[in-house]
Formats: sequence, structure tokens, C-alpha cells
Amino acid sequence: MAQSTYLPELGACAADLAVSPRHSALVRITHWITAICFISLLVSGTAILLVQPSLYWGETGNFLTPSLMDLPIPYVSRGQSGWGRHLHFMTAWISIITGLVYVVFGFATRHFRKNLFPSSKHLSLASLANTFSIQLRSKPLSEVDFLTYNFVQRMTYLGVIFVLFPMMIWSGFAMSPGLVAVFPALVNLLGGHQSARTIHFCVAVLLVAFLIVHVAMVCLSGFVHRMGGMITGRRAARKEPA
Amino acid sequence: MSGKISRRKLIVSGLATAAGISGLAVADRLAHRYGLIPPDAEGFYGPSNTLTYAAQRLLMFHHPLAREFNRSEISKVFPVKGQAPLSDQYRRLLRGKFENWRLTVDGMVARPSTFSLAELKQMPSVSQVTLHTCEQGWSFIAEWTGVRLSHILNLVGMSPQAKYIAVFTYDKVWDTMDMYDAWHPQTLIAYGMNQKDLPAPHGAPARLRVARQVGYKNVKFLARLIATDNAKQYGKGLGGKAPEGGWAWYGGI
Repeated sequence: MAQSTYLPELGACAADLAVSPRHSALVRITHWITAICFISLLVSGTAILLVQPSLYWGETGNFLTPSLMDLPIPYVSRGQSGWGRHLHFMTAWISIITGLVYVVFGFATRHFRKNLFPSSKHLSLASLANTFSIQLRSKPLSEVDFLTYNFVQRMTYLGVIFVLFPMMIWSGFAMSPGLVAVFPALVNLLGGHQSARTIHFCVAVLLVAFLIVHVAMVCLSGFVHRMGGMITGRRAARKEPA
Repeated sequence: MSGKISRRKLIVSGLATAAGISGLAVADRLAHRYGLIPPDAEGFYGPSNTLTYAAQRLLMFHHPLAREFNRSEISKVFPVKGQAPLSDQYRRLLRGKFENWRLTVDGMVARPSTFSLAELKQMPSVSQVTLHTCEQGWSFIAEWTGVRLSHILNLVGMSPQAKYIAVFTYDKVWDTMDMYDAWHPQTLIAYGMNQKDLPAPHGAPARLRVARQVGYKNVKFLARLIATDNAKQYGKGLGGKAPEGGWAWYGGI
């Protein structure tokens, strides 16, 4: 402890950060289940979309009505949407249960408070300026910056967890004729069955964009170290920045 | 690492596993008793099909109605998947304006009956403007007119032991429907669409309207209804043509 550097601006101790696992077991397990589900939902969702690759707004829309957008997909599958629907709904169940476990334990273990909710320190001008200057000047990261999330990262993860994923579930539920009979507001608030379908697609595009940036950042900031942190929880010894 | 902690962990996780397994066993027994297991509950996707069906049926304990719309919201175009049956038998019926068409209702009923189109039209009629959604992603709103299936089931005196209505048609499609939907006030034997006779491609002379399920459950070209306590006795035992073709038996999702 004697040699640890205390960083008052974040209330964190570099030594503490180095001893505790990079990510808790709960975060690691739910992360990888979600990652597999994401790929499965993307593949099966595309299979469903290929049967009718046009988007509409309102309650009704079909191949005899004008569309909002025709997706530039050369291949239209006129055949089977059955396996896509089967796989999509099975994966949706796994995702939602995993997500519930993550959110409940995330609050219970103070994961969100510790790791994702920005503190007042993150919102100070100096801290924000520091975040952006690191990005712009590619200045080497301090130990704490390397091991915790900055403001932009925190807001992005919170947006995915608490805005995009819930929107995906909501707009998906809004397309179920059974659920909509029970909760008509699910679809009415979104502007109709076809609106829900279009929103479901657009949020999926945002999530894919997030995935691309997320994976790119993992690669750029030290693939082995980041993957090790998310798989084993252990942190590899950090190489001194050259 | 002290032995104490790992032993406590072992006991706790052992108890949790036992509780989980017995919980699943209780859930399985309750699901069977309350008819929450669909006919296609086996196979790789069986568990998720069952979860979807059971969850939705539990949420629908109060038998909610599908949304109904104003006549002004009725679509201007009505796409259709597939076409009218090409069989000689169906063409003869179509040419004869379905005067010789009969709907047979039998199985576990006190009074097996056949009904002509004219007889169906004399029964109390119901009209509803509802959304028709295809599992392919498209949808339209139309007005459907017909007689409630529940009215017919009362007429023939369906046995309380019957659990499904098996539905057979003129285009080789067949299906089974549970009692939640069979007794639901929006489940119609529909013979009218947008205040005209049901057009042939849409299922003339009569089709099912099951507003709380996707299009393929709204079976067209009706021929025969059989009340049964076993949905698995037909075809490959999956409860319908759609599950044999790779879709789920339950279409509320």
C-alpha cells in the first residue's frame, strides 16, 4: 500500500484496482452470454427481415403499399422464415433473462455505481477536457484511466444497457399480437405495428454500430489485455507505454 | 482459501440446485395441469416455444381482446399469401357459389352437425375491424364478419373434456387451436370481409379469424372442425401444418 499512488480526483487507488479483478464474474459471464445472443439475434433477425426487406410506418404496410425504405438487399428470401423466428425468440428469452440477472445484480453489487454511473468528478470540466485530450493527442493513459471507464465510455455503456436494449425489447414485444392484446400501449405508444418493426430495425443498426466501435476499441487499446480482463478477470501486466 | 468457506459455498450451491430442480419439476406439473404445454414442445426449440406459450397464456388469464380499429382505418389493399385451392372439389364449390359447401363439426360433441353457408349467415353475426399480421412482416387492417366459434361450439354441445379444436380445410392446411382461443369472443368463423363475401384467395367461403395470433393461424377454406382432447393424433404429431413446415404451433409472437 505504501507505494500506491492515491488519485484523489477519482477516489480510486491504483493498487486497489490492480488487485481486484478487472471485471467481476457476473459481468464476465453475462457479457459473453450476451455477446453470443447478440450474434444469434443478428443472424436470425436478418433471416426474418430478408422475407420482407422493406420498412413502413404506422399500423399497416405490405408489398402493395408505399414503403418508408426498401433495404438495398439483392436477395429476397421468399421461403422459410420459420427457423429465423424459432432461433430469434429462443435467443430473446436467453437475452432477457441474462439481462435481468445482470441489471438486478448490477444494482445489488453496486456495479453500476462503481463502474458506470459518472460521478461528479467525471462531469468536471477538467476531467472532460482530460478525456478528450487523451483521445486527441494520444497521450499515454494513467493507470487509473487505463483501468476505469471515462465519461464517454460510461455514457455509451449506460446508453446501450438502459436505452438501446430496452428499446429493442419493447419494440420486439410490440410486434407480438398476443402481448399487444394484453398491453395495447406497447404498440400504440410506438405508433403502430409497422412503426415498431421499423424502430426495431433502426435500434438494431445502432447496436451493430456500437458493436463495431466496441470491438475496434478493444483491439486498439490492447486486445490481449482487454480480452483477458473479460474472460478470466485477471489483468495481464501492462506494458510500459513506449 | 479456508475449508469453511468452500464448504459453505458447496452447501449453498447444492441447496440452490435442489431448489431449482424441484422448482422446475413443480412448474412442469402445473404447466401440464393447466394446459400450458404446446403440441410442439419437443425438439431444440421446444423449451422456448413452451416458455412463450405458457407465459402468454398466463398473461392472458383475463382473456383480453385484440385491438379493434375504426372503419376509417381499414386498409386500401389486402395482400394475400398463397392462392385458392386448385382441386376440382374446391373449384366446383366455388362455381356453385358454395351452395353445396358444408362445415362439418364433430368429434367430442353431443350433436355432430353440418352447417351450410346460409345457415352460418343466419346465426348471430359479429363484425370486427382488426389488424392481420403476417409472420413475414407485413400487415393490413380489414373488417371481418362471421359467427363466433363459441356460438357453434355451444350449438353442437362440445364436451368439457375436449382440449383442442382441430381444423381441416380444402387446401391441405390443417391446424389445432386451444380452448383459450376457441372460446374467445374475437375468434370467428368469418364469411365476410369488408362487408362483402370473403374473396376466394382470402379463404372463401369461410376462414378462421384468430386476432391474437399471426396470419398462419387464421386458417382459410374451412371444411371441418373436430373437437378433440389430443392435438398430437394428426399428421406428424406437432399440432398443425405450420409446425411441420418449421414454424411454431403457437403464433401469438
